Amino acid sequence: MNETTNAMTNEQRVKLVQDQKRKLTYQSAMLSVAGILGFLLLWEFLAVSGVIESKKLSDVLQVFRLFILKFVDKKPDGAILPVHIWSSLEVALCGFGLAVLVGIPLGWLMGWYRGFDSFMRPIFEIIRPIPPVSWIPLTIVWLGVGLRAKAFIVFFAAFVPCLINSYTGIRQTKEVLKNVGKTCGASYFTVFWKVGIPSSMTMTFAGIKVAIGNAWATLVAAEMLASSSGLGYMILMGRSYGRVDLVMMGILVIGILGVVISALINLLENVVLGWKKL
Amino acid sequence: MENNDVKVRVEHLTKYFGDLHVLDDVSFDIKKGEFLCVVGPTGCGKTTFLNLLTRIYMPTKGDLYIDGQPADPKKHSISVVFQEPSSMPWLTVEKNLRFGLEIKKIPKDEMDRRVENIIKLLGLEEFRHNYPHQLSVSTAQRIIIGRAFAMQPDLLLMDEPYGQMDIKLRFYLEDEVIRLWKETGTTVVFITHNIEEAVYLAQRVLILTNKPAKIKEEVMIDLPRPRDVTSPEFIAIRNHITEQIKWW
Repeated sequence: MNETTNAMTNEQRVKLVQDQKRKLTYQSAMLSVAGILGFLLLWEFLAVSGVIESKKLSDVLQVFRLFILKFVDKKPDGAILPVHIWSSLEVALCGFGLAVLVGIPLGWLMGWYRGFDSFMRPIFEIIRPIPPVSWIPLTIVWLGVGLRAKAFIVFFAAFVPCLINSYTGIRQTKEVLKNVGKTCGASYFTVFWKVGIPSSMTMTFAGIKVAIGNAWATLVAAEMLASSSGLGYMILMGRSYGRVDLVMMGILVIGILGVVISALINLLENVVLGWKKL
Repeated sequence: MENNDVKVRVEHLTKYFGDLHVLDDVSFDIKKGEFLCVVGPTGCGKTTFLNLLTRIYMPTKGDLYIDGQPADPKKHSISVVFQEPSSMPWLTVEKNLRFGLEIKKIPKDEMDRRVENIIKLLGLEEFRHNYPHQLSVSTAQRIIIGRAFAMQPDLLLMDEPYGQMDIKLRFYLEDEVIRLWKETGTTVVFITHNIEEAVYLAQRVLILTNKPAKIKEEVMIDLPRPRDVTSPEFIAIRNHITEQIKWW
């Protein structure tokens, strides 16, 4: 073994390492696929064999067929699937986007400026423990059941993790890095901009990821309680009509959309925090 | 390099933290382009001393003047090489070198010129687009030193920059600092607890006493460079400083 390793040229060694790496990537990809397939098979088995009655669990193919059909069929809930998806996405992105735009800068400022922290903190501490869903009744009174109302509730769900994480992140800025800025003659604000914000990015992105999860979860809850469209609404209608396949399809679509959104956020994270992975 | 203009004047510098008297009435001058080392026993307030010079702390009494004016990081250029790693981890080597220059709003072409010069002097060409965490600790520290010299500061402060390094690397980096200092004519204050290092580098050594720190003695060193750490003159000076520190 040793002799062969010694005899190898540089290119051969590089190739060997690359091959091993490729093999590992391939293996883990295959395992992931096997995981999903296994899950679907188990599901199919439970549904088809009758272990769970079909009233409670539809089989995979039925759900998949419904998924295709729902692109054109408005029955039974009054809208095609893309309309529901768009309706949900619109709300989620409005509420979540607003939460990011407001929550993160607010967290940065509170974390950096002591006075502002003392001023804002009590209000924030009161808002923080309120479950977003408990805003629903008030929101209906204020804003009805439209986009704005739901976006408002989603906003609260996403706002808290955005703020807490950007706050904690900027608080953890290393003293020595701040001092580097300071000794270069930078003002407190310049140090904030050039040192504080970049060094808080890791935590801030963790916050964004928690926020998108919260936003999505709250959205569906909000739609189930007060809405006339959206994926949550579609699921609720499925229940009313006793359509298990519709409910399950709705849940799956929510899950898959969640994966897609997370992937998009990961892409953005790679752009901003790519230096960590090199 | 012989120049008698006073660049930095420290007058009656005194610092209390509450009741703790750390620095007691320290006064001295630094000439333009001088290489000054400050040595003292551990815990004697070397770092406090440095933080006063950098204006991270303000003195309780006394002041620091650069070119006759009270030092102000916004007006003057004071660079510091801190003991701990202090490169910005999210910036590439090149951008790290530019960091202070951008804050000082140095014109673009001047900035390019200085950065290229430092990259060449330190031989960092191949690391230009790397991030600090991809480099060895010593290379990362060299970036910091490069960043400090690129500022062409009125005063360059170094706080035990080689504290964590092994002896071989240390000799190498010490020579490098001497080289940069000679090339740029910067005024340097180098704080260390390593007496050999101080004698190797300095034109003048300030010995501090225990807390509250005062200047115990000034030692001029005019041995030719590169200095031979085994020569009798070198050893004599080293022993003298060691005696002074041990004395109490």
